[in-house]
Amino acid sequence: MNADEHEPVAVIDPGPDKVIGPGHDYDTVTEKIAGVVYRPMSRTPIQMFVGFGIAFVLVNLFLVAVSWLFYRGVGVWGITIPIAWGFAIVNFVWWIGIGHAGTLISAILLLLKQDWRTSINRFSEAMTLFAVACAAMFPILHLGRPWLFYWLLPYPNQMWLWPQPRSPLIWDVFAVSTYGTVSFIFWFTGLIPDFASMRDLRPNTFVGKIWGLLAMGWRGSARHWARYQKAYLLLAGLSTPLVVSVHSVVSFDFAVANLPGWHTTIFPPYFVAGAIYSGFAMVLTLAIPVRRWYHLEDLITTRHIECMAKVMLGTGLIVAYGYAMEAFIAWYSVNEYERYAFYNRVMPQPGTYWWTYWLLILCNIAIPQLLWSRRVRLHTWAVFAIALVVNVGMWLERFVIVVTSLTRDFLPSSWGMYWPTIWDWATYVGTLGVFLALMFLFIRGVPAISIFEMREVVHEEEPEHAHGD
Amino acid sequence: MPTETRVAGQLANLYGLMAEFATPEELLAAAERTRDEGFRRMDAYTPMPIEGLAEAIGFRRTVVQQIVFVAGLLGATGGFMLCWWMTVIAYPHNVAGRPLNSWPAYVPITFESMVLIACLSAVIGMLALNGMPQPYHPVFNVPEFLRASRDRFFLCIEAADPRFDLEGTREFLESLKPLEVMEVEK
Repeated sequence: MNADEHEPVAVIDPGPDKVIGPGHDYDTVTEKIAGVVYRPMSRTPIQMFVGFGIAFVLVNLFLVAVSWLFYRGVGVWGITIPIAWGFAIVNFVWWIGIGHAGTLISAILLLLKQDWRTSINRFSEAMTLFAVACAAMFPILHLGRPWLFYWLLPYPNQMWLWPQPRSPLIWDVFAVSTYGTVSFIFWFTGLIPDFASMRDLRPNTFVGKIWGLLAMGWRGSARHWARYQKAYLLLAGLSTPLVVSVHSVVSFDFAVANLPGWHTTIFPPYFVAGAIYSGFAMVLTLAIPVRRWYHLEDLITTRHIECMAKVMLGTGLIVAYGYAMEAFIAWYSVNEYERYAFYNRVMPQPGTYWWTYWLLILCNIAIPQLLWSRRVRLHTWAVFAIALVVNVGMWLERFVIVVTSLTRDFLPSSWGMYWPTIWDWATYVGTLGVFLALMFLFIRGVPAISIFEMREVVHEEEPEHAHGD
Repeated sequence: MPTETRVAGQLANLYGLMAEFATPEELLAAAERTRDEGFRRMDAYTPMPIEGLAEAIGFRRTVVQQIVFVAGLLGATGGFMLCWWMTVIAYPHNVAGRPLNSWPAYVPITFESMVLIACLSAVIGMLALNGMPQPYHPVFNVPEFLRASRDRFFLCIEAADPRFDLEGTREFLESLKPLEVMEVEK
């Protein structure tokens, strides 16, 4: 039987117990995943065009906002003294947190041998990559003279000035650049065998040659696979502590400072949990519509959604514990300023941001408790709605941490308020556009699900179906 | 043309003989048989990693982990030395009387440098050991080999093996009950 003449496999979501729909063999998973990329433009789901169109408009908004920022300086934003860290840092922490789920799924779940990791790992790694790209822009945009960003790097210069490696801000430079680089090579390494599959599906064509260039001559030799798996495992092992270190370092930006509301030892674990929480929310936000548009319910099954919902619930509870500890320590420390910082966050009073705190409790703690119910977890669109709420909640959390702590520090004479301007919003919404546009291009342009790992799933899950002919 | 020359000429242009299998289990069994038969120069090609296949074709160990270990040590040392050199030698800066060599503050950069260099070396080392990028390889001359990245499993005995002879090896491969046996041109 010619491989090109397959009857398409019916798209059946096998429910919460299986990671792949019935009837798949090595060839059908290859065809199906590669088919998303090889599908002609005319058969690409309309939602993809609409989504990309909206994202593209936002990319242009971002370009306008950044051009205006470069022209006029950071004064176009609402930042003032004492609130010098406004949206830029809120967004930086939010975006980098989102990235963490990708690394968690691809590295930690690989080490834990979780079967529901495959089929969402490639997708979340790409999400990590684009989220880190969005995150990394913010500290640079926030520099007064962003064109001098390379001063952050240790390089020999004629003034013989060197960065200060005792400062968490310089740790950040190393952590984020390492994280971005490692995420990229992890993602690219995973793609090499799939590039070879894509190449062999379209031999002797122009696009086949491009895939061939990217595949670098991969031919699936058993020796190559042995080294490949070893390297991949080592990457996973190295990425696992890396992902924990990155958000810990980000939290040091706050925790090492003396400011009440920032100077807290619980920040590193609480930030890491929050990062994974928001990241899983973002994976769900993206995966649920995409699996629907491209009819991938047999590859990204209810089991994947349910497992991610459980991780969200678990990390959400760790975050809740973090909030509780902040409150407890504010009281237990008997420190006037700590207590006031907490009081200022939660007590309804005019001219403060108390409502953002309660909104955050609603989004991050109250609503996600619905996920205890199996019925909610199995209802895909309910999970989608909760994921959106958590995305908002985690953004509010960073707002509360960054802004409310800065508005009222030790001296009432130096208190102030922060109101974002239209350019703050334009930059933030603009990066959402950049992120989504890149995600849309990724889904259309490269296999968004790891093909060779799906073949392994077929081999394990469906031995009777594995061999099509 | 005398038969001898034809065979010799063909052999000179022959990379090996390739057998195609439908399942990884059949390939694994065939690889084990081939090795028991005394063949050493061979390779198996599969669309996904198969447990035990590398061992079956006689691949004992890879040095990727040693490369990564050494690179990680170098990365960590480099990261630490960079911090130490910047704060003690190049740009000494007295912060509230603390020692210039304030090593606990160097830990994050040391760690990140270790991870960065180790990860880069894992991938570059793996590619280098695999001889990649390698745009041309004789196995790609076989039309059926397109399915090696899809749903078929191949075993190739190379002509360079001392035990290789065209007829005998072909008969042996046929005895393994493959879907097909093909000649691979250089």
